[in-house]
Order: sequence, then C-alpha cells, then structure tokens
Amino acid sequence: MFDYQFLIEVLIGGLLSGVMYSLVAIGFVLIYKTSGVLNFAQGAMLLFAALTFVSLVERGTPFVAALAATLAIMIALGIAVERTVLRPLVNQPPITLFMATLGLSYVIEGAAQLLWGTQVHGLDIGISDTPFEVAGVLISRLDLFAAAVAGGLVALFALFFRYTRTGLSFRAVADDQFAALAVGLRLPRVWGAVWAVAGIVALVGGLLWGARLGVQFSLSLVVLKALPVLVLGGFDSIAGAIVGGLLVGAIEKLAEVYVGPFFGGGIEVWAAYVVALGFLLIRPSGLFGQKLVERV
Amino acid sequence: MAHLARTKTGRPTAETLWIGIGIVVAYGVVPFAGSDYLLDAVLTPFLVLALAAVGLNVLTGYAGQVSLGSAAFLAVGAYAAYNLHLRVPGLPLLLDLVLAGGIAAAIGIVFGLPSLRLRGFYLAVSTLAAQFFVQWALTKFGWFSNDNPSGVIDAPVLRIGSVSFTTAAERYVFSLTIVVVLTLLTLLLLRSQSGRNFIAVRDHEIAAKVVGVPLLRTKLLAFGMSSFLIGVAGVLWAFAYLRTVEPAGFNLDRSFQILFIIIIGGLASLRGSFIGAAFIVVFPLLLSRIGAALLGRVFDSGVLEMSQHIVIGALIIVFLIAEPRGLIALWDRAWSAVRPARRPTIPT
Repeated sequence: MFDYQFLIEVLIGGLLSGVMYSLVAIGFVLIYKTSGVLNFAQGAMLLFAALTFVSLVERGTPFVAALAATLAIMIALGIAVERTVLRPLVNQPPITLFMATLGLSYVIEGAAQLLWGTQVHGLDIGISDTPFEVAGVLISRLDLFAAAVAGGLVALFALFFRYTRTGLSFRAVADDQFAALAVGLRLPRVWGAVWAVAGIVALVGGLLWGARLGVQFSLSLVVLKALPVLVLGGFDSIAGAIVGGLLVGAIEKLAEVYVGPFFGGGIEVWAAYVVALGFLLIRPSGLFGQKLVERV
Repeated sequence: MAHLARTKTGRPTAETLWIGIGIVVAYGVVPFAGSDYLLDAVLTPFLVLALAAVGLNVLTGYAGQVSLGSAAFLAVGAYAAYNLHLRVPGLPLLLDLVLAGGIAAAIGIVFGLPSLRLRGFYLAVSTLAAQFFVQWALTKFGWFSNDNPSGVIDAPVLRIGSVSFTTAAERYVFSLTIVVVLTLLTLLLLRSQSGRNFIAVRDHEIAAKVVGVPLLRTKLLAFGMSSFLIGVAGVLWAFAYLRTVEPAGFNLDRSFQILFIIIIGGLASLRGSFIGAAFIVVFPLLLSRIGAALLGRVFDSGVLEMSQHIVIGALIIVFLIAEPRGLIALWDRAWSAVRPARRPTIPT
C-alpha cells in the first residue's frame, strides 16, 4: 500500500526547506528587479554575513551587538559594491554585469575567509534543529522558524514597498529606469540602498542556513540552490521566488525519495535544474517573470 | 593567430616570421631546454587550458552564449576517451581523441538545445544543469570509471603507432601538436561564413534572423564545436597532464576558471585565450613566490588560496570595467607602441 503519511512528511519537509531557498532567492530578486543585475555574489554575501556574525559572537560580542555590527557591515558592503563595481559598469550588457558579480563573489568569499579563517563554526540561534510531531508527521523546528522568518520578511517587504519613500523609489526604478530618472530619483543611491537591503536579506539567510549547516565555505554554495528557484519563479518577482522556492524544495525531496532509488540516489543536486529547464522550454521567463519584448 | 590571414598577401611578413620563430622555439628548444617541472606543471596545463578556453571562446566570445558548464565537457571528453580506449581494443589514439571530442560535442548539442528558447541568464543557469548532471553521473555509475569506487581513472600511455609519449617533454609535444592543429582549424571555422554567423547571432539575434542567418544551425554548431574543443582538452587534461583524474576535479570552479581565462585574456580572441591561460597558470605560482618572500611563514597555502581568489576576482572586475577586451588588447597596444604600425591591426 502506498504510504500517504510518508508522502506528506516528505512533502512538508520539502516545502519547508524550499522556504530556505526562497530566502536566498529573494536577495537575488531585489537586485535584479531594480538594477537588472543577476547577483551571483549573493551566496558569498550570505557566507560573509554569517561568518562575520559568528566570529563576532565567538570573540565575546553580545548577540544583539554582533547582529547590529554585522548589519552595519552588510549595509556598508552593499554601498561599497555599488560604488566600486556597479557604477563604473552602468549601461553595460547584463551578461557583463553578471560576470562582474562572479568576480565579486570570489573577492567576498576570499576576503571573508582570509579575515575570519576557514574552519567550520557552529551557530546557535536558540532554535534547535530537532523535529517534533504533528498528527504523526515529523516537522523540524528550525524549518518552521525559517518559514516564519521568511513570512515575516515578505510581509515586511510588502509594507516597505508600499509605505516608505525608499520602497516606493525601488518600485519606480524597477518599473522604468528612465522615468524614475526623469522624476528626479537618484539611481546610484537607489542601487546602493538595494544592495544594502540585499545584504540584510543575506544576513537573515546566512544565519538560518548557518544554523543548519554550520558556518563554512559551503554556505556560499546555496546560491546554486537558489538559481533553479529563480528560473522557475522568474528573476524579477518576489512572489515567484517564494513559489519557486516551495516548488524546488518539494520537487527535490520528492524526486530524491521516489525517483532517486531508480538511479542510485543523489539526484537532489540536479533534479531541480532539470525540472527548471524543462519548465523554461514551455515558459522562457518563468512563472511570474516579465515577458521579454525585443525590437530590432 | 592573426598572422595566418596576413600571409594571404603572399609576402612573408614580420608576423609570420615571429610565428615561425615561436613554432621553432616551442618544438625545437622548449622540450630540450625546459625542466620537467616547467613542462609538466606549467606548459602542459597552459596548453590544455588554452585549448579549453579557445573552445569556450567560440561559444561565449564569438557566438555570445554564456556557458558555466565547461568543466562538464572536459569531464565528458576525458571519460569518453578512457572508456573508448578500455573497451575498444586497438583503437588508435588519435581516433580515440576525435571520437571523445565527438561524444562531448553530441552532449554539448543536447545541452545547447535550450539555447533556442533561452537567452542570457536563463541559458547560463541551464548550462549549470550540464555541470551538475555530468559530475553526478560520473560519480554515480561505476561503469564510466571501470568500477573504481571513487570514480578515479588512470590514463593509458599515449601511443601513436610505435611512438609513445611518456616523459614530460614528450607529453608536452603531444599536447602542443593537438592544440596547434585544433586552434588553426578553429581559426578557419571562425573565418568562414559560420564564424561570421556566430558574431551576427552574438551582436543581435533578431537582426541576424532577419538577414537570414540560420539560428538553429548556428547555435548548435557553436555548442557542438565548443564542446568538441573542450572535450579534446579534457582528454589532454586527463591523459597528458594529470594522468589520474576524478570527477570532483571537473567541478564548477574549473568551469569558472575557464570562463575567467577568456574574460581576462580577451573575449572573442583566440590569442586572448592563450594569454589568459598563461596568466591563470602562472599567476598562482608567482603569487605564492611573492607572498612567501614578503610575508614569510604567515603566507601558508590557505592564505595563498584566499588571496588568489581575491586577486582573480578583483582582476575580473577591473578588466570588465577598464579593458573589456582583456589582456590581449593591452598586449596589442603595447606592441603597436613599441614598433610603428605598418598595417592596421585586425583583432582575432
């Protein structure tokens, strides 16, 4: 007999781990939407944030102070990136900007590990990664907490984009850069702010992922998990990042459990990519992505 | 490489002279004068990476399709050649090389199919699928590595007829020959109508379609050609350079390394691929010497790797900002400053 309870458990586990992917993907979407840059360095920023935070805590900084300091550092980093990398590359083709962020990710990764060392740090954010049982289904506490944080973050963004001046200017720039310039928005300032916000998202993602995997180099590889999420959801939609994350999480786990045994397991690494790829062939700009209109 | 076209005038020019000197030195002096360390750890990897970079340059630099999966095709080439050698007794080495390249090309075309629908980032992400899938398959299925538990393969001795290439110098000469021949063939392809189609597709796909460039054929040719070259480079990497390889050696970092070679060396420049490869091979060696001299024992291998990452990453950004045409543009400028230009230089 088919074990439905097990299916549900796998599905919920997948959906919840998908939320973790969404957290990373949101950072990408923010930057892509406002500046058209696919920021490959988001994973490196995640690593940098988590590593900075952990190292500060290990050196005896109180939790809140370390959080504030890391936040400040991430904001400074975002603004510095805008100044030194993006501003000189304004109006370059998107793929050039992408390659620049690839270089940037090397710089940030190297700097993070040069500063704080390469050893693995444990990170305790006060939520244990132990499962508990709801109606016979095991659910991880950390996953649930991450889902709550992601939900809170999205709600916060919704308010931010709706009611604050900066949020409105983000939307204006995302809508139409030239129109935004014409009404007097300062694009470089908006971009700086967006990178700072992406830095904050990286910090949140870094702490949650760090609590799960330990803070180490492989943290920057979650960027590779976020890419199929972006492909599925569309590069420029926050809703897409959430839905895409849930889909990818569920697909990965279901594929690993139900399809994996036929191939000897381990298909998690590429299952999401293959599904995303198949999906792209039908809808080349993702679920919620903007359609591309090309003119000669 | 630009020199080939100029010989069309019939007169031997200074450039053909230089190329001639280069070939004489590469074949006549280096294998005898170079130490095993130089040949094995510097020149052979340089040649192999240069060939892989030429392959990626065909796809990314000329045809404008970004790929993050080059290492996958290196791996396909290496493992295909290994299996062909193992399972087809008496298969001549050169045929093995060509077939392995052909298999890499076939797989490259399969993974290139999405390029018909996808552009830019979406395509770049889809090439990652090739990267992960190939690495997974090679580790997972023991058949590919003749049931070695960790997927490691040992290269056979390179042998053409009764001549075998075993010493560092011999393997260098073998690689050199393959790389030179394939680079010249690539140059011919790029100078043909197909090569011009690549550039048309890169510069404006819709416009290219409007003027009658066959998109399907052009893109798939670019993917096939590129994967073939990278596949052969993979064979050389496994057979002539490392001689023992595992799937983990063909990871995403290797793909990025090849991409960095063409960015730093110069996109859409075959000479750039060579300069970039030379830089990527020599730079870590230089950095470790300089670092050790300046900082002493603080500069251990961990610090070396990190500072290497930082400098390479920073260089990528600096080149993209200051000289998007890469090292080769700097080279050309320096060259024309040294001697008065008699002809306008055509970048190749």
